Amino acid sequence: MMKNVLGIINLHENEELLKEITRSRPVAAVPFGGRFRIIDFVLSNMVNSGIYNVGIVVKHQYRSLMDHLRSGKEWDLARKRDGLFLLPPPDHIHYSNSIYKGDLEHFHNHVDFLTRSSQDYVLITSSHIVYNANFNEAYQFHLAKQADITILYKDEQPSPGKFFSMATLLSVGEDGRVTDMGIKSGRTSSGKIGLEAFIMSKRLLLQIIEDCVARGEFDFTKEGLIKNIHRYKIYGFPFQGYVAKINSIQAYYRANMDLLNPEVWRELFSKSGPIYTKVKDEAPANYREHADVRNSLVANGCVIEGRVENSILFRGVRVHKGAQIRNSIVMQKREIGVNAVLDSIICDKDVKITDGKRLMGDKNYVMVIEKGMVV
Amino acid sequence: MRSKECVAMILAGGQGSRLGVLTNTLAKPAVPFGGKYRLIDFTLSNCHNSGFDTVGVLTQYQPLELHTYIGIGSPWDLDRNTGGVYILPPFVQARGGEWYKGTANAIYQNAAFIDQYSPEYVLMLSGDHIYKMDYSLMLKAHKATQADATIAVIEVPWKEASRFGIMNTDAEGRIREFDEKPKEPKNNLASMGVYIFTWKVLKAYLESDNKEAASDHDFGKNVIPAMLQAGEKMMAYSFDGYWKDVGTIESLWEANMDLLSDNPELDLYDSDWRIFSVNPTSPPHLVAPSGKVRRSLISVGCLIFGEVENSVLFAGVTIGPGAVVKDSVIMPEAHIGAGAYLEKAIVGPLAVIEEGCQIGCDRGSAGTNADIVVVGEQVTIPADTVVSSGAMVDRLNVSLHTAKGGRS
Repeated sequence: MMKNVLGIINLHENEELLKEITRSRPVAAVPFGGRFRIIDFVLSNMVNSGIYNVGIVVKHQYRSLMDHLRSGKEWDLARKRDGLFLLPPPDHIHYSNSIYKGDLEHFHNHVDFLTRSSQDYVLITSSHIVYNANFNEAYQFHLAKQADITILYKDEQPSPGKFFSMATLLSVGEDGRVTDMGIKSGRTSSGKIGLEAFIMSKRLLLQIIEDCVARGEFDFTKEGLIKNIHRYKIYGFPFQGYVAKINSIQAYYRANMDLLNPEVWRELFSKSGPIYTKVKDEAPANYREHADVRNSLVANGCVIEGRVENSILFRGVRVHKGAQIRNSIVMQKREIGVNAVLDSIICDKDVKITDGKRLMGDKNYVMVIEKGMVV
Repeated sequence: MRSKECVAMILAGGQGSRLGVLTNTLAKPAVPFGGKYRLIDFTLSNCHNSGFDTVGVLTQYQPLELHTYIGIGSPWDLDRNTGGVYILPPFVQARGGEWYKGTANAIYQNAAFIDQYSPEYVLMLSGDHIYKMDYSLMLKAHKATQADATIAVIEVPWKEASRFGIMNTDAEGRIREFDEKPKEPKNNLASMGVYIFTWKVLKAYLESDNKEAASDHDFGKNVIPAMLQAGEKMMAYSFDGYWKDVGTIESLWEANMDLLSDNPELDLYDSDWRIFSVNPTSPPHLVAPSGKVRRSLISVGCLIFGEVENSVLFAGVTIGPGAVVKDSVIMPEAHIGAGAYLEKAIVGPLAVIEEGCQIGCDRGSAGTNADIVVVGEQVTIPADTVVSSGAMVDRLNVSLHTAKGGRS
């Protein structure tokens, strides 16, 4: 069990390539897999691993995230002692990248939260890497190796069409020591890809924060870790299993489509424990007389009268008669009008596609319809 | 204790014996319905949606699953600082204890619970009816007519009227006569088992009823006739909408099938009147390339490799490749093996129908609803078994109802 570990989810993440879908929300709050938000995965992993004190370092536009998490009850984190804490940016920062110097400044502002928590270890993760893991094995590995820092990574083999943008690449020696680490710009298709999940003692984290901030350094990964790669005993822990790094529109689309594979569906939603999310009390999906649905993931609250193929329908989507949806992701509370056709489209929340409209993207370049639009 | 204008009391102790193996180990209000609900969800959600936040649930028969399900009431927003949901099983007192002897006796024994809130009115409900109703409008009518009791009534088809408690009313809607299951009904206004009483009036009747040794201590049989006879002001409140008492296997099956029409009378997709329930932690369901679904309700966590038509699937059901499920209700976590064929069946939670089974398919062309197959909770039907229509299979009688059939 990991009750001596404090979880920190760091939402200072690069959202540049997610474009439209992160215009009004952080990547952590992006809808994923028909009923979830991206942060549900890492948060559920922590809870399923026995971590019950979690701080979320929220950067900007966090209303949608707060609305989603509320008291943390759905993750069993509404506790009298410990539980879920949101660590917002300080008052004097009206957030914009140019004013905010980096995540370490933000950590520095919440040092009290760290020192006050009773746990001796921390697990720091990002939110945008989606996988189903029990962190306990990595924690035991960390203790057994007497490591200063343990980094989770996935040894990714090349697979057609799959790539990672701006991945953290590790060089790991035979003894498991991390000998080099760097953030690769552009695309990477294989290698030891860091999962941006770090285990270390709280004492060491506080020391890194102090040392860096004192020197005017504010980037946790680059300045706190990479610069000190030889100063600390850093180990890599290989994670075996499905991993998706959601930091571009293409990666988002592909990871959603991966869920149509029953093996990925089973693994990602239940391997080391269930993935919790906010419940909406929608009725079961209703397939009407003329519904024709193949190879699709369909959430509760949908009413389907048309054709759906190779697609993901979120909660409460209404597909009218004669409508056709192919290779698309349709987010919650949407209406697809009579005889409308969608192919290779990502439809954001609360959009309406009126009767007879035809919208075509391409599998390699999907089109995004922004939140709240009427087409 | 802060007082409440009206306290709701839900009668949830019924066995539902006509539901056979489905209620072997659980009370009727806990019976699964509609792909994600249990019967009591409708009454509890109506309470929440009508703004009633103090609810007592009277339990007696097989209460474990029902108690576990209701918990502290958070799914229905009934975990409150004052009020909220209370589970009220029978209890022992200094003078000895007893079971609830009837619906009226159950309320009588819990008068102290109601008195805690010094309410003016008490709303009496059943935990096993399927309907959406705004009780606050009924309370408004009760207050406007200054009645001692208001009874919700619904028009039922004349030919079915003799199955119900029938209210004979005058032009103003005042109840003049009450016939419990009349052979020759004079009216088709049936009692829905939804009553509002002015508490101090009801309490007096409950006290005197309790002293009657010959009484069945039942609202319909004893208390309401006594109040009528004494000339209390009793009003009928007409309800127009879907209402169903699923007392039998046939009516439970029919109520599920009612949800599959293109414009179901009971709208579960109305976001202004949601039916709340305990939500399982499961992902959206997946229809594989080999899967096919028509005219059905499918809940979370299902994996569909076969064909589903005109059926209701609860959470976590798997339908194997080549399997065909028609006109059936498949309860949570049941597994239908590859190549199995099911028609007109109700399959209980966690049941396993192994591959190649044929369930309920030797049905004659007559097609009455008495030929529904019921497979009880956690029953495993071994591969290639034939179960004839109308069979009711539980863990003890699997071999009696099943025959080995060759795979054709």
